[in-house]
Amino acid sequence: MLSKKQLFTKGMLDISPHMLSVIPFGIICGAIGVELGFNPYLVYAMSFIIFGGASQIVFLQLLSGGASSLVAVTSVGIINSRHLLYGAVLSEYLEKLSFFKKLLISYVIVDQGFAESNKFFKKNRSEEYLHYHLIGTGCTMWVCWQIATLSGIILGSFVPEELGLKFAIPLTFIAIVVQDLKKIDHVIVMITCGLSSLLFFDAPFKSYIIISPVIALFVASLLLRLKK
Amino acid sequence: MSLMSIIFAGILTYFTRMTMVALISREMLGDKVKAVLEYVPSAVFPAIIFPGIFINDYGTFIEMNDPKIFGALVAVIVGYFSKNIIATILAGLVSYWFLIFVIFS
Repeated sequence: MLSKKQLFTKGMLDISPHMLSVIPFGIICGAIGVELGFNPYLVYAMSFIIFGGASQIVFLQLLSGGASSLVAVTSVGIINSRHLLYGAVLSEYLEKLSFFKKLLISYVIVDQGFAESNKFFKKNRSEEYLHYHLIGTGCTMWVCWQIATLSGIILGSFVPEELGLKFAIPLTFIAIVVQDLKKIDHVIVMITCGLSSLLFFDAPFKSYIIISPVIALFVASLLLRLKK
Repeated sequence: MSLMSIIFAGILTYFTRMTMVALISREMLGDKVKAVLEYVPSAVFPAIIFPGIFINDYGTFIEMNDPKIFGALVAVIVGYFSKNIIATILAGLVSYWFLIFVIFS
């Protein structure tokens, strides 16, 4: 049995390599907000209140492009609706927690944290304090995101744009799924999702981000039926 | 951008994170649903990866000789064999930079 502290540290260590892409992205995110002419305090408030990289950028871009608040808020909701899927996966491991702890831990569930903690949970089901791993990944992400976006807001885009560091985001997710390329069923699901996301990219409110996983999960359920 | 709109967006985002964690219990999900949920990472992350590579900042498709495609392929190969996140990200970035700064410059 690992202690709470050991699990928390393991979570921190498991997510820390992703900071290589998260920190530059956070800096860009903060800098864009100020460049687009928004109040720096409000730009930072997003990191604290919304706490979601892609959705913060979309929110800024939509509002600066003249979209209504309603459209911007709806888009953020739809982009983040993928968390419903993460929550459904994680609920199995977090079941023993009190309702209040579930409410608290939910705030720090992010893509990379979900991915790394889920990998850990699958291998260590019997650990008593599993959720400390998720707190470790989530808090690491939270602290880095706050610092990165704040530095972008204060210092401006000191990351040269020519470096194209936004490209580090797809790379970080490649690192997450690449080992599943060994399994043909997973490859089919990934390709389905990827192609759907390109096909539906222009769907309203950025809904490709939830339409394509739903299609891919439908394909996954068909594959499971074939397997039997 | 008003603080109110940020708060609404934040509440909505929080609900997407909290709903399933707080309201779903093990008995509510059958074995079939759980088997499908095993695929969630593979079914969600390509929706972040593919547009990040194939669609540019202006929302249009990139050319087939775009350096990002090469960078992504290198990242996939290095990631597959190294099983190392930092190596994967760096391999993708460095090969991408090599193309844009050395070859195409």
